[in-house]
Amino acid sequence: MDLSFTAEEQAFREEVRAFFAANLPDDIRDAVRKGGELTKDIMDRYHAILNEKGWLATTWPVEFGGPGWSPVERHIFEEEACRAYAPRIVPFGLAMLGPVLMQFGSEEQQQEYLPRILSGEDWWCQGYSEPGAGSDLASLKTRAVRDGDHYVINGQKTWTTLGQHANRIFCLVRTDPDVKPQKGISFILVDLDTPGIEMRPIKLIEGGHEVNEVFFTDVRVPVENLVGEENMGWTIAKFLLTHERTNIAGVGFSMQSLEEVKALARQVKRNGRPLIEDPLFAARVAQVEIDLEAMKITNLRMLYKAQQQGAPGPETSILKIKGTVIAQELKDLARRALGPAAAPFPGMLSANLAPAPEDAAHNAARYFNNRKTSIYGGSNEIQRNILTKTMLEL
Amino acid sequence: MDFSLTEDRQMLSDSLTRYLREKYPMEARNAAAYAEPFHAPAHWEGLSELGALFALAPEEAGGFGGTGFDVSVVFEALGGALCPEPVLAALMASRLMTAAGEDQEALLSGAVKYAVAIGEIDAWYDVDAVATEAVASGEGHALTGRKSVVYGGQVAEKLLVAARLDGKVALFEVAAEAASVTGYGMIDGGGAAEVVLDATPGRLLIADAGTALADAVNAGIVALCSEAVGAMDALYAMTLDYLRTRKQFGVAIGQFQALQHRSVDMLTEIEQARSITIKAASELGGPEAGRYASMAKNLIGRAGRLVAEEAIQMHGGIAMTWEYPGSHYAKRLVMIDAQLGDTDYHLSRVMAA
Ligand SMILES: Cc1cc2nc3c(=O)[nH]c(=O)nc-3n(C[C@H](O)[C@H](O)[C@H](O)COP(=O)(O)OP(=O)(O)OC[C@H]3O[C@@H](n4cnc5c(N)ncnc54)[C@H](O)[C@@H]3O)c2cc1C
Repeated sequence: MDLSFTAEEQAFREEVRAFFAANLPDDIRDAVRKGGELTKDIMDRYHAILNEKGWLATTWPVEFGGPGWSPVERHIFEEEACRAYAPRIVPFGLAMLGPVLMQFGSEEQQQEYLPRILSGEDWWCQGYSEPGAGSDLASLKTRAVRDGDHYVINGQKTWTTLGQHANRIFCLVRTDPDVKPQKGISFILVDLDTPGIEMRPIKLIEGGHEVNEVFFTDVRVPVENLVGEENMGWTIAKFLLTHERTNIAGVGFSMQSLEEVKALARQVKRNGRPLIEDPLFAARVAQVEIDLEAMKITNLRMLYKAQQQGAPGPETSILKIKGTVIAQELKDLARRALGPAAAPFPGMLSANLAPAPEDAAHNAARYFNNRKTSIYGGSNEIQRNILTKTMLEL
Repeated sequence: MDFSLTEDRQMLSDSLTRYLREKYPMEARNAAAYAEPFHAPAHWEGLSELGALFALAPEEAGGFGGTGFDVSVVFEALGGALCPEPVLAALMASRLMTAAGEDQEALLSGAVKYAVAIGEIDAWYDVDAVATEAVASGEGHALTGRKSVVYGGQVAEKLLVAARLDGKVALFEVAAEAASVTGYGMIDGGGAAEVVLDATPGRLLIADAGTALADAVNAGIVALCSEAVGAMDALYAMTLDYLRTRKQFGVAIGQFQALQHRSVDMLTEIEQARSITIKAASELGGPEAGRYASMAKNLIGRAGRLVAEEAIQMHGGIAMTWEYPGSHYAKRLVMIDAQLGDTDYHLSRVMAA
C-alpha cells in the first residue's frame, strides 16, 4: 500500500499547474469563480486553449488526437483544472460522442466528425431523454422511419443541455416499435439545421437557461448518419454510460468548493465574529471535509482498479451517489454562510450594494441549480438500483 | 385540550385561502414575485380588506387578534399559496407599535406599508449586535448605519429601525424617502431593500427597545414557521400527486418502495414541524416565547430543507424547472431558514438557555 503519486505523476502535476498559471485568461478564471452562467465565447476560448496544447480530449487515445493519458493522469489534470478555476469541458462531443464513434462509428464518420469536435467547429448536444422517458430511457418514443436514403424523425427530446449553443445532436430513436423496447432503438447523428427541428428554452429553478426542448417534425436525416447497425442503439447507450461515469465523483470541484466555503467563513461575520469561529458552522465544514477526504481515496481506489482491470466496474455508482451528496452539501454551506445576504436575486444589485461578497452573490442560485446533479446522469435512486442488482446478491 | 381552530379563525383561514387560490394563483404569483415592485398592490389591498392585517394586532391596538394562533392562521394560508406580499413586515411593525403605544390604523388597514430594519451585514440575527448609531439632533435624532436585506423595504413608506442610543438598542421611525433605499427582488420571490442611513432623521419610539424587538422577532418567527408549514403541506401534496401519476418502467413511481419510505419521512417531519409551531404560537407573548420560537425555527430550518430537497429529488427533472410550481415552493422553504435566525443560530440559543 502506497498512497503517494509516482515521481512522474508528480512531475505531470507540476506541468499541468504551470500550464494553467500561464495560459488560463483572468476573465475566464474570474467568471468561473463567480459561478454564474458561462458564455459560449468563454467556453469556446477555453476549448481552443486546451486544443492547442493537445489536452482537450482527455479520454481519447493518441491516434485520434488525444493525449493518451492514464486514468490517474486524467484525475490529476481534472484536479488541477479545478484548482485553477478552469471551466468544465463541455462533455457531449468530447467525452460522449467521441468514444462512441471510435468504437462503433464507420471510418468516414470518424474522419468527418472527430476533427470537428476537436476544432470546436461542431458543438454536440445529447438527445436521450424525453418527457415520458427519463429514468426509463428504453421507453423512448421518438420515431425514425426509413424512407429511401433517409430516416424521417418525429417526436420530442427534452432536457437538452446547452442545445442553444449546439449545431448537432446525437439521438436515441425508435426504429422498431414491435420488439422488446431495448431491441428497437438506434443511435443517429442529426444536424440541427435540418428543416423540421425546433428548439425551445427551458428556464431552470434559479432562472438560468441551460436546458432545452427539441421538437422533431418530419425531419429527414441521411441514413449514413446512423452509428453502428440499425437497432443497436441500446448497446451504444450502455457503452456511453460507462464513459459518462469518468470523473463522476467530482472530487476536484468539491475540493474547490471546500476552499471557497472556508474562505467565505473567514470573511463573513455572524454576530460580530468571523463565521468560522462559530462552532456549529465549523462543525458542518469539518464534517464535509472528512467525507471529502475519504471520497478522494475512494475515488483513487476505483481509478486504480479501473487501471488494473481496463474498465470501471459497477461500484462507480458509489462515486456518483456520495460525490453528488458531498458537492450538494458544500453548496448548501456556501449559501448558509451568507445568511440573509444569499437572498437577493443574482444580478439585481450592483456589487457595491450587494450584501454578499462579489464572488458569492450566486451562492443560493448555485445551490438550487446543483440539485440537478443527483437527478441527471442516472438519478441517485437508479444508481442504488444498479448497485443492488450488480453487487448485493440479495 | 382542543387542537381545533376557533370558528372565527377557521373563517379567516378559509377566506384567505379561497382568495389566494382564486385570485392569486401561481402565474399571478410569479408575475408579481419576480418583477418590480415584487408584490401585487391589488392583492395587498384585497388581503387587507379580508382582515389579514387586523388579525395580527390585539383589540387594544385596533385589531381583532394578535395572539400566536392568529398569526399562525394568517401565515399558514399565505405559505400555502406562496404569497409574496410583505405581511411579515406589517406583523413585526405592528408588534413594535403596540409596544410603543403608537396608533396603527394606517398600518392595519394596509394604507401605509411599514418595514422593520434590524439586520446588518455583520449582525444578521442578534439584535444586541447592531452597529447603526443614533445621536440627538435638534428636536429628534439622526441615524447613521446600514440595514441589509430589509424584507418589504422595497415598497415601505415607513421604516422601523433598531439603532444604538446611549449604549442601548432603541427603536426609531424613519421615513423611507429620507433614507437611501435600494429595492430588489429575491431568489425565492418577493422584495427587500438595502437601507443606508447617513445622519437620517428618525423619531424615537422606544428608548430601550430590547424587549419589544425580541417580541417582534418571536412573532416573526411564529409567522415564518407557519408560512413554512403551509408551504410544506402544499409541496408535499404536489409530490404525492406526482408520485401517483408519473409513470416510469410501466408503473407509477409511487410504487417504488425507495420513494414510499422517504415520503413517509417527509410526512413525519412535517407533522413535527406543525407541532413545534403550535407550541411556539401558544407561548408567544409569554416569558418562554424566545425559547420556543428558537426550537421552532431550528426544527423548521431542518424540515424545510429536507422537504424541499426530497420533493425536488423525487420529482426528477421537472421540479428543476421554473415552470413547475413546486420549484418555487422549494426555494421559499430553503430560504426561510436565513430569515430571523437560521438553524444553527437558534440551536445555539436553545443550548444556552
Ligand atoms: C439540468 C438537467 C440537465 C439534463 N441534461 C440532459 C441532456 O443533456 N440530455 C439528456 O438526454 N437528458 C438530460 N437530462 C435528463 C436526465 O437524464 C433525467 O432528468 C433523468 O434521467 C431523470 O429522469 P426524469 O427527470 O424524467 O425523472 P423520472 O425518471 O420521472 O424520475 C422521478 C423520480 O423517480 C425516481 N425513480 C425512477 N425510477 C425509479 C426506480 N425504478 N426506483 C426508484 N426510484 C425511481 C427517480 O430517481 C426520481 O427521483 C437533464 C436533466 C436535468 C435536470
